[in-house]
Order: sequence, then structure tokens, then C-alpha cells
Amino acid sequence: MSRPMVRILIDRFFGALIVLSVMMAAIPVLVLLLFVVIKGLPGLLTPGFFTDPPFPQGVPGGGVFNAIIGTLEIVGIGSLLAVPIGSLIGIYLSEYGRNQIGDAVRFISDVLTGLPSIAFGIFGYTVVVLTTHHFSAISASIALAVLMLPVILRATESALVLVPQSLREAGLALGAPRWRVTLEIVVPAALGGIVTGALLAMARAAGETAPLLFTAFGNDIVQTNPFQPMGALSLTVFRNALVPYNNLQDQAWAAALLLVMLVAATNILARLYVRRSQH
Amino acid sequence: MQTEAAPRAVQDGDAEIKLDARHVNFFYGDFQALHDAALSVRARRITALIGPSGCGKTTFLRIFNRMHDLTPGTRATGEVLLDGHNVLSSDTDVIRLRRQVGMLFQRPNPFPKSIFDNVAYGPHMLGWSKARINQVVEESLKDTGLWDEVKTRLHRSALNLSGGQQQRLCLARALAVEPQVILMDEPASALDPIATLRIEELMQDLKQRYTIVIVTHNMQQAARVSDFTAFMLMNEKRAGEVIEYGPTDDIFNRPKDSRTEDYITGRFG
Repeated sequence: MSRPMVRILIDRFFGALIVLSVMMAAIPVLVLLLFVVIKGLPGLLTPGFFTDPPFPQGVPGGGVFNAIIGTLEIVGIGSLLAVPIGSLIGIYLSEYGRNQIGDAVRFISDVLTGLPSIAFGIFGYTVVVLTTHHFSAISASIALAVLMLPVILRATESALVLVPQSLREAGLALGAPRWRVTLEIVVPAALGGIVTGALLAMARAAGETAPLLFTAFGNDIVQTNPFQPMGALSLTVFRNALVPYNNLQDQAWAAALLLVMLVAATNILARLYVRRSQH
Repeated sequence: MQTEAAPRAVQDGDAEIKLDARHVNFFYGDFQALHDAALSVRARRITALIGPSGCGKTTFLRIFNRMHDLTPGTRATGEVLLDGHNVLSSDTDVIRLRRQVGMLFQRPNPFPKSIFDNVAYGPHMLGWSKARINQVVEESLKDTGLWDEVKTRLHRSALNLSGGQQQRLCLARALAVEPQVILMDEPASALDPIATLRIEELMQDLKQRYTIVIVTHNMQQAARVSDFTAFMLMNEKRAGEVIEYGPTDDIFNRPKDSRTEDYITGRFG
């Protein structure tokens, strides 16, 4: 074989290898999504799915209204706790954290990121449930807030570090004190990245099941009091998938699909926000 | 151009001294970047710092408004007297100092805000009234020749301006807090020749009211715009020194030091 022929063959071989790798990465995701859509769509389209609370086992019908409210409220309260604290720590790390305290915070945050999510559930259970003597949405929110914290503070730090040093110098050279430059110039310039980090953390928290198992616990009644046990979409998936009733299993699939859509929508929102704020 | 500078500089030889740097040494950690540097900057004149790359021009300039404080591990000794007060002393109010000694940077660095908000940032921070802020924004933009170009789009983003306009906006932003001295760190190095000319013309207008110190790589620029020139060079330990300082005309036409002459005539650097 002539040398150009060999080169062309090698080129073809590696080209095919790349296409194969992409397929291997994409196919499981696509199959999974397709599966959830096919299995979940009938339940999603059932009348009352969005508006009814669950009916007792064996009774046909019922919905996940309790879980939708629960997921929104638990993640909402968790975000109210985690977003301000996380972004303030991120600001500290980027603007003042070039020291041992900063390194210690970064290390702890990295450890938190790697922790299995059930550990956050145990944290919420020990700190809140055991001291108040009953399950509650707020204990789940606190567990999720701790889980979101490292994601938010790292995203905030990376967004702020990307702000050119020349902008800080411009502000300081005008005689602005450092805190004003940070709050009025640096943070607004990085707002896109900070908001994206917060949205991604919220999306991750919305999908978590393990931290809710022995904190929010679940509740078939529509509950809005954060100090009472509360349902959540991920808990609906977990519980209903294990019962021998077809309508509840359909609800589990539908709840999974709803959760996937919620997380996907948040991700898309985050990306759109970044794209807009880059102009 | 050079010959024009001559009579002006000679007459001004005894103008009052605004900034007086004496025996300034500067260290990045253990490394000494400036050695026994001195410079007497005269009020309402343009003083240029020239010299090859790495000779400490920018380092020297940034000491004048304590911008070196922002770099950890740096230390300046000696004195820099601003109207008789040593800005390097620990009791200097750095915030106040920087309002008196403004700075224009190598690359235009407008805030990602509107044109108006860029110029209004300093006055707003000082708590001035709305009427006074509006007035000073207009004046500053007029002083930098931008007003007619931007008056219809004051509330649009400053980032849409051209590079030269952005640099003049940064100058307007610095003027808005009413400084006495303006430090310019190669302010035209990122600009095209036309925009550079605009900046140089502006400097001539501004020196009626402000004292200007400019760092430049460009010897022709120093010769064109400045009244006084300091030539800097690294010594054998790589620390920057002021080799020769005097009226621009003397430095360029009658240098006393052979090293200055070599640099001016392009024999090195």
C-alpha cells in the first residue's frame, strides 16, 4: 500500500472512532430521556395529575399537587438560605481570600461537593429533626442549603475572578474604597455567572431525593407549613415506584418526567441568562 | 515639534513643584525594582517618563497614588511629597490621595455601565447633589471632547464606544472627581494614530489646570507632548534608576549623560 493510502485509512479509522465515542456518550442519555418521556407522558396527561393530591392506595386517580408545592417550597427556602450566604462567601474568596482562611474555606467546600447527598440528609435529621422531634420541610431546606452552598460559592468565586483586574484598579484609582468597588463594580460585572451558579445549584437541589428521606419525609396532604412534613417530587418518584398499583407507578414516571423538565428548564434559563449578560 | 517645546520648557523651569519624589526605593518581595529614584514634578506641566521596557517607569508612576498597595508583598521607601505631605507615610489617607491624584491606564477600562454612569461614578460616591453630578458629567465630557459625540446616547453602554472614545471616557471619569494630578500609564499604546493625536491634544488643553505625569514607550510622543522628561534605565542589579531629568528640549537635544544620548538616538532600547 502506498503511504498516502495508509494515511487516509488511519484518518478514516480515527474519524469513525470519534463518531463512535460521541454516540456512546449520547445514546444512554437519549435512551434515558426517551424512556422517561414514553413512560411518564401518560401519567402527566392524566386529568388531575397537576391539581389533585394523592388518593389513598388502591383508589384510582390522584395527582402530585402536594409534591409540586413541596418541591417548590423546600427548594425555595433552601435557596433563600444558600444563595445569599454562598455568594457572600464567594465574594470573600475572590476579593479577600488570598490567604490561609480562604484556602481552608475552599478545601472544606471541595469536601462538601464530594460528599454523598444522603450525608446532607443525616445532617438535617440530626440538627433539626432530632432537636424539634418531628420531620419538617425546613429541615429538608437546611439540608439542601448546605448541599447547594459549595456549588454557589465556587460559581460566584469563579465568576468574580474573571472580572478584569483593570476594572478594580479603575474604581480604586478614583478614590473608591475597596468595598464599594467590590459591590458596585465587580459584582455587577459578574452577575451573569453568579445567577447561573445559583440556578444550577437550585436545579441540582430540586432533583435530590436522599436528603429529603428523613427530613421532609413526605406528606400526601397538601402542606404549606414549612414546620410540618412535606411531599416532594423526588419523594413521589421514590415511594410510588415501589408500590404494586399501576396508577401510582404511572404517577412516579410522570413525576420523574416533570422533575427532568423542571431541571432542564432551569438549566436552559441559566444558559440564556449568561448569553444575554455577555452582551 | 521638538523645537516648539524649547521656549515653553525653559521659561517654566522654575514653576512650583507639585509632586516631589526623593530617594524612592521599591521592592517586590526581595527584588528591588527602583533604586534611589527622584523626580520633581512641576505644577500644570507635563512630565514624561521614558526608558526601555522593564526600567521601572510604570512602577514609579504607580507609587505616586499608592496603587502599589494593591500588589501584596510590595514596599516603597523614601518620600513622595504632594504639596509637602509624604504620600508614602502610613498616616496618608489613601482614598483622599487617589481623589487628588487620578490615573489613566494603558488600556481603556470603562465600567460595564452606561456612559453617564461611568463619569458619574466618582461624584456619586462623593455624595454630590444630582444637579452637581449632571453638571460635572457634562463638563468632564466636554473637557475630553466627547460631549458632542455621546450627548444623545449618555445612557447607552460605554462598551459600545471605540477604543479612543473609551480612553477619553476614562479620562473624563478621572476628571470628574476634580483631581490635581493625573498619572497616565502609556495612555495611547492601545490606540490608533488618530485617537492617539486626540489624547495628545487633550493633554495640552488639560495642563492649563492639571499636573500630568505620563509614562510612554514612544520617544516621539514624549518629545511632542511633554515639558519635562526623565530618562530611566535598569542598573546592573536590574533596579530602575532615573538617569537624567530636565526640560524635554535639553534631554532630547543636549543630553548630559551618554546613556541618555544612546537611547535617544536609538543606539539601544
